[in-house]
Amino acid sequence: MEPLTWTGTLSGLNVAFFAVVVALALSVVARMFFAVFGPAAARPGVNSDGTLTGPVGVSGVLSKAVRYSFFALATLVLIYVLGGVILGTRAGIVGGLARNMLPVWIALIVLFAVSITFKRKLGLYGKLFDSTIGMIGFALVMFWVFTGIMGGAFDMLITHDPLSQFPGMKNKLPGTPLSGAGEQDYQWFLLGGDNLARDVFSRLIKGAWIVVKIAPMATLFAFMVGITLGLPAGYYSGRLDTFLSFLANLILAFPVILLFYLLVTPEIVATGIPNFMAAVLFAFPIIFCAVLLNARYFTQPALRTPLLIVVLGGLVWTYLALISNNGSIVANDSYRIPGLPAAVDWIDMGSGLLTVFVAVVFVNAPTVFRIVRGLALDIKTRDYVAAAQTRGEGPWYIMLWEILPNARGPLIVDFCLRIGYTTILLGTLGFFGLGLESESPDWGTTINSGRQLLSIYPHAAMAPAFALMTLVLGLNLLADGLREESLRD
Amino acid sequence: MGLFILRRLGVMIVTALCLTFIVFFLTNLYPNLEKLAKSQGNVRMSDEAVESFLDKRGYLDPMPVKFGRWLGVVPGWVTEAPDGTVTGRCFAKDTPPEQRPAFCGVLQGNWGQSTVFKDDVGSIVLERLGKTGKLMGFVLLVMVPASLIVGVLAGMREGSALDRSLSTFSIATTATPEYVSGVIFIAVFSSSAFGLKWFKGSARSAMEDITFENFTLPVLTIALYGMGYIARMTRASMTEVMTTQYIRTARLKGVSFGNIVLKHALRNALIAPFTVIMLQIPWLLNGVVIVETLFNYRGFGWVLVQAAGGNDIELLLAVSVVSVIVVLLTQLISDIGYVILNPRIRIS
Repeated sequence: MEPLTWTGTLSGLNVAFFAVVVALALSVVARMFFAVFGPAAARPGVNSDGTLTGPVGVSGVLSKAVRYSFFALATLVLIYVLGGVILGTRAGIVGGLARNMLPVWIALIVLFAVSITFKRKLGLYGKLFDSTIGMIGFALVMFWVFTGIMGGAFDMLITHDPLSQFPGMKNKLPGTPLSGAGEQDYQWFLLGGDNLARDVFSRLIKGAWIVVKIAPMATLFAFMVGITLGLPAGYYSGRLDTFLSFLANLILAFPVILLFYLLVTPEIVATGIPNFMAAVLFAFPIIFCAVLLNARYFTQPALRTPLLIVVLGGLVWTYLALISNNGSIVANDSYRIPGLPAAVDWIDMGSGLLTVFVAVVFVNAPTVFRIVRGLALDIKTRDYVAAAQTRGEGPWYIMLWEILPNARGPLIVDFCLRIGYTTILLGTLGFFGLGLESESPDWGTTINSGRQLLSIYPHAAMAPAFALMTLVLGLNLLADGLREESLRD
Repeated sequence: MGLFILRRLGVMIVTALCLTFIVFFLTNLYPNLEKLAKSQGNVRMSDEAVESFLDKRGYLDPMPVKFGRWLGVVPGWVTEAPDGTVTGRCFAKDTPPEQRPAFCGVLQGNWGQSTVFKDDVGSIVLERLGKTGKLMGFVLLVMVPASLIVGVLAGMREGSALDRSLSTFSIATTATPEYVSGVIFIAVFSSSAFGLKWFKGSARSAMEDITFENFTLPVLTIALYGMGYIARMTRASMTEVMTTQYIRTARLKGVSFGNIVLKHALRNALIAPFTVIMLQIPWLLNGVVIVETLFNYRGFGWVLVQAAGGNDIELLLAVSVVSVIVVLLTQLISDIGYVILNPRIRIS
């Protein structure tokens, strides 16, 4: 079988594609150059009947050029994807990728159609669809989320087993036909083979699942820790604030990589320190929820007591399931702390993954703490806080039900940014070979193993590098769109 | 002001002490010591042999005592073997007994011996810091002017096409961590697959002789990731200044836009970025570790990775002391600099 080219039967379009890319780049550069050195900003032209037309003059022409070449580029990309979905691998590697990703495209289209239809009823989330930047970011993020869930959890998108090695496929270039493929096997390595003859494409998709699984959860835990400690630090100030801020600064003064090396080595895992840290850090969501509900409903014990029992029961179960592994919380040669028995332990998290999780939460929590503390310091001077104090509300009610909801804008934006940062941290851990197993398909580990042969076979490291970049870029654009939209009202 | 600096210095010393103790504690846990003994002695050592190896070198004493020894406030360990030879932390075998000092720690200027490099920790750290200093110097030389220009250009007309293009660019750079941009740069500019081969994918030769060819990619990789953040902060500061009353006054007087930006806005807009740049320097340290590993440039970051990988206790402590000092010193400088640059803030 012939190796696939990048675009197959659609390669006639490539000339147009590159021409449009060059045109877009040139017009963007020209517009920027003109904006700095040319006369003042573009003004709308005025017609004789008093109506306005678009900007005139050189800058008007240039901004038109940028807009049209951008639309042309988007159209061409759409043709490549649609053609790929229809033609499959006859449209080359791009076609094969587009066809394989079909469930993701459908999910994205459905999500966007529903969201845009009901965007006026969806609050801040709906407003996101008013900003182009935000929509692009959201599309990139959801692309990887769907890819991770479908490919990782349901084994849908992958073409080969991500861990098995295929003889004769070592370091093969993208589009190489699988040697010795059976009838029902997928016939190509779409993105080539890595230095252990595994399929780069399938590993990429499995790697997305690891990020989608860990990054948002770790960020959420970091936020719980940061909020639970940051609100009282900002609200009470004084000694408590000094002490907690000192601790936060202490952790922040550590170089992140040194901290990772100290926490995520097998020797430290053997001492059980990460498990103890997990036991402490993961308790914060329980404390947070208990205080949150109690502060609101303690005047109605008939409602509060059953509510707390149900919520806390579920949370404590999850907590125990999360921190116990094979029936024990800590187990090493010298001692063992029993945990939840394996029968009711519904979260199966290996100790390597748990350590990575803890390390990432630990690194992120102090920054969140500082942000929340700053916001609380600012918001506690507002009139509605004074009003609540005059009404005789308790301090925790004021912190959690008056200050926190009013700090939500910056916190939501930071949450998006921080998921991106957590993704980068996970990649860093993989890059230094810490925590996860060496055959793990996560992006950092793949980049690390691919960089040995970078100057001869770059494709194995480039694919996860681009994936990580697009995901983090999507999260940053999403945060930017959210910030813009939340500032608008 | 003097009192403020003194208080900050006090906090700095306490922080450094706490941090080094944490590093000390984690590196001195038994599994780590076992690994150290096996890598120093023999991989197939029995448990008893490991224990006696560690005991002879004072590793099994209580944690505070060991930390005190490292600091130089507790006398160093002295072990007398059954055959009469005396070994100790503070002296070599052939030192005459009357010249053997009791204390040898950081306070006495002795940073200890590296177990990975078999050399004096102080000289290793100094030598490698010099190499990393060069790298950082070039990074700052590229990063600071570039990010300030991008930020000022984007911020001078908020919402314009220029602003949107440059802001997207800075978002894109913050989304590209060093290990991603480094890999892409090496693949595109130095691999045979793309055939460009403009630069070298390894900076090892730059340790002796820095050339444009071997140093561009590492410098660019670090600078790019740090740039976006500074540019965004500069942009925010610039847009804020451009909406102030005195800029409006200058405009109404008929001052040209270029003069407004250069003479009226720029000086006030650059106060906040100064703080951001100072606080960004410790972050660069992370990038330095990644880039030095990726490009095989044997500086401070490379030493950190080697020391952490081999559980080289005294070298790791020295490395963490240096990085803590960098973090706290840049914080101090940024606070003081902010007060000096901004006459509206005075610390009473």
